[in-house]
Amino acid sequence: MRVNFTVNGRPQEADDVWEGESLLYVLRERLGLPGSKNACEQGECGSCTVRLDGVPVCSCLVAAGQVEGREVVTVEGLADYAKQRAEHGGACGTGACGSSGTSLQDAQGWSAKGSDSQTGEGTELSPIQQAFIDAGAVQCGFCTPGLLVAADEMLERNPSPSDEDIREALSGNLCRCTGYEKILDAVRLAAARQERQGIQEGAV
Amino acid sequence: MSRNTRVAAAPAGTPTKVTQGSRTKGGIGESTLRPDGTLKVTGEFAYSSDMWHEDMLWGQILRSTVAHAEIVSIDTSEALAQAGVYAVLTYDDLPTEVKNYGLEIQDTPVLAHGRVRHHGEPVALVAADHPETARRAAAKIKVEYKELPVVTDEASATAPGAPLLHPGRDDHHAGHVPHPNIVHRQPIVRGNADEAAKKADVIVSGEYVFGMQDQAFLGPESGLAVPAEDGGVDLYVATQWLHSDLRQIAPVLGLPEEKVRMTLSGVGGAFGGREDLSMQIHACLLALRTGKPVKIVYNRFESFFGHVHRHPAKLWYEHGATKDGRITHMKCRIVLDGGAYASASPAVVGNASSLAVGPYVIDDVDIEAIALYTNNPPCGAMRGFGAVQACFAYEAQMDKLAKKLGMDPVEFRQLNAMEQGTLMPTGQPVDSPAPVAELLRRVKARPLPPERQWESTEGADVRALPGGLSNTTHGEGVVRGVGYAVGIKNVGFSEGFDDYSTAKVRMEVINGEAVATVHTAMAEVGQGGITVHAQIARTELGVTQVTINPADTQVGSAGSTSASRQTYVTGGAVKNSCELVREKVLEIGRRKLGTYHPAWATAELLLEGGKVVTDGGEVLADLVDVLEDEAVEIEAEWRHRPTEAFDLRTGQGNGHVQYSFAAHRAVVEVDTELGLVKVIELACAQDVGKALNPLSVVGQIQGGTTQGLGVAVMEEIIVDPKTAKVRNPSFTDYLIPTILDTPTIPVDVLELADDHAPYGLRGIGEAPTLSSTPAVLAAIRNATGLELNKTPVRPEHLTGTL
Amino acid sequence: MDFLRPASWEEALAAKAEHPTAVPIAGGTDVMVEINFDHRRPEYLLDLNRIELLREWEVGEENVRLGASVPYTEIMEHLRAELPGLALASHTVASPQIRNRGGVGGNLGTASPAGDAHPALLAAGAEVEVESVRGSRFIPIDAFYTGVKRNALQPDELIKTVHIKKADGPQQYSKVGTRNAMVIAVCAFGLALHPETRTVRTGIGSAAPTPVRAKEAEEFLNAALEEGGFWESGKIITPSIAKQFAELASGACNPIDDVRGTAKYRRHAVGIMARRTLGWTWEQYRGTGRTLEGAA
Repeated sequence: MRVNFTVNGRPQEADDVWEGESLLYVLRERLGLPGSKNACEQGECGSCTVRLDGVPVCSCLVAAGQVEGREVVTVEGLADYAKQRAEHGGACGTGACGSSGTSLQDAQGWSAKGSDSQTGEGTELSPIQQAFIDAGAVQCGFCTPGLLVAADEMLERNPSPSDEDIREALSGNLCRCTGYEKILDAVRLAAARQERQGIQEGAV
Repeated sequence: MSRNTRVAAAPAGTPTKVTQGSRTKGGIGESTLRPDGTLKVTGEFAYSSDMWHEDMLWGQILRSTVAHAEIVSIDTSEALAQAGVYAVLTYDDLPTEVKNYGLEIQDTPVLAHGRVRHHGEPVALVAADHPETARRAAAKIKVEYKELPVVTDEASATAPGAPLLHPGRDDHHAGHVPHPNIVHRQPIVRGNADEAAKKADVIVSGEYVFGMQDQAFLGPESGLAVPAEDGGVDLYVATQWLHSDLRQIAPVLGLPEEKVRMTLSGVGGAFGGREDLSMQIHACLLALRTGKPVKIVYNRFESFFGHVHRHPAKLWYEHGATKDGRITHMKCRIVLDGGAYASASPAVVGNASSLAVGPYVIDDVDIEAIALYTNNPPCGAMRGFGAVQACFAYEAQMDKLAKKLGMDPVEFRQLNAMEQGTLMPTGQPVDSPAPVAELLRRVKARPLPPERQWESTEGADVRALPGGLSNTTHGEGVVRGVGYAVGIKNVGFSEGFDDYSTAKVRMEVINGEAVATVHTAMAEVGQGGITVHAQIARTELGVTQVTINPADTQVGSAGSTSASRQTYVTGGAVKNSCELVREKVLEIGRRKLGTYHPAWATAELLLEGGKVVTDGGEVLADLVDVLEDEAVEIEAEWRHRPTEAFDLRTGQGNGHVQYSFAAHRAVVEVDTELGLVKVIELACAQDVGKALNPLSVVGQIQGGTTQGLGVAVMEEIIVDPKTAKVRNPSFTDYLIPTILDTPTIPVDVLELADDHAPYGLRGIGEAPTLSSTPAVLAAIRNATGLELNKTPVRPEHLTGTL
Repeated sequence: MDFLRPASWEEALAAKAEHPTAVPIAGGTDVMVEINFDHRRPEYLLDLNRIELLREWEVGEENVRLGASVPYTEIMEHLRAELPGLALASHTVASPQIRNRGGVGGNLGTASPAGDAHPALLAAGAEVEVESVRGSRFIPIDAFYTGVKRNALQPDELIKTVHIKKADGPQQYSKVGTRNAMVIAVCAFGLALHPETRTVRTGIGSAAPTPVRAKEAEEFLNAALEEGGFWESGKIITPSIAKQFAELASGACNPIDDVRGTAKYRRHAVGIMARRTLGWTWEQYRGTGRTLEGAA
């Protein structure tokens, strides 16, 4: 079957989709967006977390056919999504506010970045992405995309979370490397930076 | 079913070099950020499961549904007839006489031949144009099994007439084991334990059971094999040791090693579970047969069958002590279940026996460790490697002894703690700092977390209570407990293994700046080895910009990312190659510029800030002017001090090169009525020798601590003792800690240099995994007063409802 | 496999009538696991995501009409006062991501004894409105579960709405799992006080082939509370009453040994949860001055 939906602000069309395919498979194998990860495919690890019409879900448990006409934001579009949110001074609940996501053409020609002497040091990141790097919250990194999408959404709803709030919001995302301490650090850091940013902007 | 419509020329996700230096700087000792961090947070870092090739096929493995059976017949005709199926392979299709592989003993069939020995053993392979087509085809392969009786423990493995897992063994352990279903046996005898026992005022003993733990790395086994025009194959895979894989893969394919070109793809965690091969040979076989790229990605269910686990163990211990708290002797017997194939079992036995006394001074010991062959899932490497099981048991014994003597458990341990100069039971002196007592002092001195933290103005916050979100208690039945443990782990490969690594370092001028490139075959599995390599290059070569080339088999072996060894050994190799490059650069400098300043000939010269400077700080030349358009490149091997094998009868021998120590204090709250546990704090103190990257060091310690917590309270692969089948191969029923199960983990890092190691560093990855489990157990015992001789502790153990 | 995407409830009913073997998929949190793990290959998947009415709820005089696909997150956030037991149960469901997708209709459709919503529905009292092209009918929750993963639905029927009694008193819900989050129930217990009728209702999860009520325990407690005048006086329930209630709740279990827990533990834990949830709800009842307003 054919599925049309929007990913990171760009309309996408996936063809010849098998009816049992998940949104995760379509993103990874058909649209060249492998950032969402395939760690358990049973909704027990959160590595495939994306936003579907603004809501964090496990993309492994969404049937591809169910996303017809809907909006998806993946880790690949997170920086743009956060930027748009900051510029529009609020949540982009639909995901439709981004227009600069990956184009289909770009997606099809996807290859791992890092070539040409790049580590992506100049890449523009969302606050939560930067905080994960700065706090040492990334080791193997396989859980990172899902955690970022979940943590970013929590900070959107709850800009000053308590530690228990952070733990609850991220309790659907398994990490096997870090023991979560540095992930907590990262979320606290992003929240603090966001707050400081807000105060500065408020003062202008 | 149609294939993907994407177009690509070369495999998407092919690893490329990463360069760090425009923004991130830092030499050793600094918390430099990961060079792959940005790629990982943007989703652009390509893991092995992200590999994609135009026209690729999907491989699927058919696995045995029973643990032990004769294969009467295999019929692949219906599977082959399916549209979209390109190949179906069985044992009969293997191309050469080499049909087995294995880390140390080549006893593992690439595909089952006439017999399966464990649940989930690979029987046949399918390549098809879509994963669903491959799955459906695999389901159509008809395998007729005739079930055989299963061997599941020591009694059934060594019973008269027990089925032999590997009849006619001719491996190098076959000659000294008491039964062919015993992979390896290592006794260690020192002093006279029976005689020393007579001096004991108290004697305690116990039998301890350690459950089967899974590495549960999040990135499933996966990779892409691309057939090459020269008849060879390019393999992109997540592994811990490329060259060890290569040595096992090439002979099965009938190819010379240079025609199997391996590149490390992004690795989603490892923890020992990628030490053995998984899908590597299978993907290559299918690619070579079909002439098309083949991708294999296990799902989580298959992953539980696709790699070895931590050996479950039964441990029997006896200790004695005098009234004044001195340990008189120790006797123990450790039985590790290695499952159907050897994997790393012999080395795990060596570790379990040689580290069985723990970090204590005990002169008279009688130790025996064995690993069994059974029909249970194969077990091998996992973080802590034999030392974990022993630590769980000897730390329980320490608490029992202290209790019986009426002593404080920490003071009792400190009284018997080893230190630099102590002789190991193998007779080997500990020749670098061993601050066991100090580590215990530090965790004990830390203030305890406040009580009843769940109380808030709006009632109990269940998230801070045992049971968490499940709302099982608002404080009822909750009792606090505190427990301590300390452990000892060897670093690096032991027992005479030639443990070396190789690093190729290049220095040249690019865009008017002296820059370095580091190329090793080290598997970056998340531990941060590449971060450290860049730091070492900056420190040794005085550059800012460092490029890390992808790990592949175009450079010499780096050894495995295991045994806490990579920073020591490959870090050592990078340091060594940098030093050689530096010498060469200075030589060039002397040749070109030596006449301009006498210091070129007389002073100790360093490379700093892109310049050649004297040890007094005087700048002699800019590296740009020294090198001009010349590049200096050196590939060199580096090895640590040699070790020797343990004597097979007495266990004596200088078997280890370095030890690593960590101590934990666990604070738990137990709902004693429901048997649910919440770990409140898990403080760790560890000696790391030298923290090359403090941020990463703390991250490793916290991660290792959490894996120890997992096996203390929830993680266990449950194997049915009647059928030897795995009952919980999923993340629904094999539980690992969530963020709500994991406490604050304050870390106290000591840096007492080991003068034998590069920069004085100590391998750190495994030690925290040892002591966290017994510390949690001790805390639960403290809270409940129960004996608890098994890990993981289940609610049933705490409520008497087994 | 065919993927059916009805745009309306009527189309969905027509599709289900035409293809009675079609497997309805809403949140996907059960069905997709079975597909991903190769446990199930239905001929038809019937997607209910486009049907708005399934995602709607309405608070009436006596009942809450809860659309089958209202995600657990919405129940937690918006229906705490009206459905406190179900809101608590919703909070224990898997993970935030799953709670954002899954709804009560899925729990009922799958009818696993481990479904988190069942004990809360049993305790509150509910009716399941199911419909087919033949018409609609209401199935009392007590008659809905017919066996292990079996329910009272006919092959052509779909679950439309769950009509749940609005809380007229405190309700509680507890679930034992061997992890502090994202865990399938080893066993669970729901309890609701109904001061209007002076009754107590319960629900037990994962401790019998189907979700069940602890009827003997309820009857004992109803009688004991009545006899002792507890409803009027609001005095503390005596330990012996609580103990016997817990024992009877435990006795209502008919559990099995499996990888998640032993039968013996399940019986034990249900007893503990029964005693605790009774204590919590009764304290709330006392604390609210025995008003009849819902408490959570």
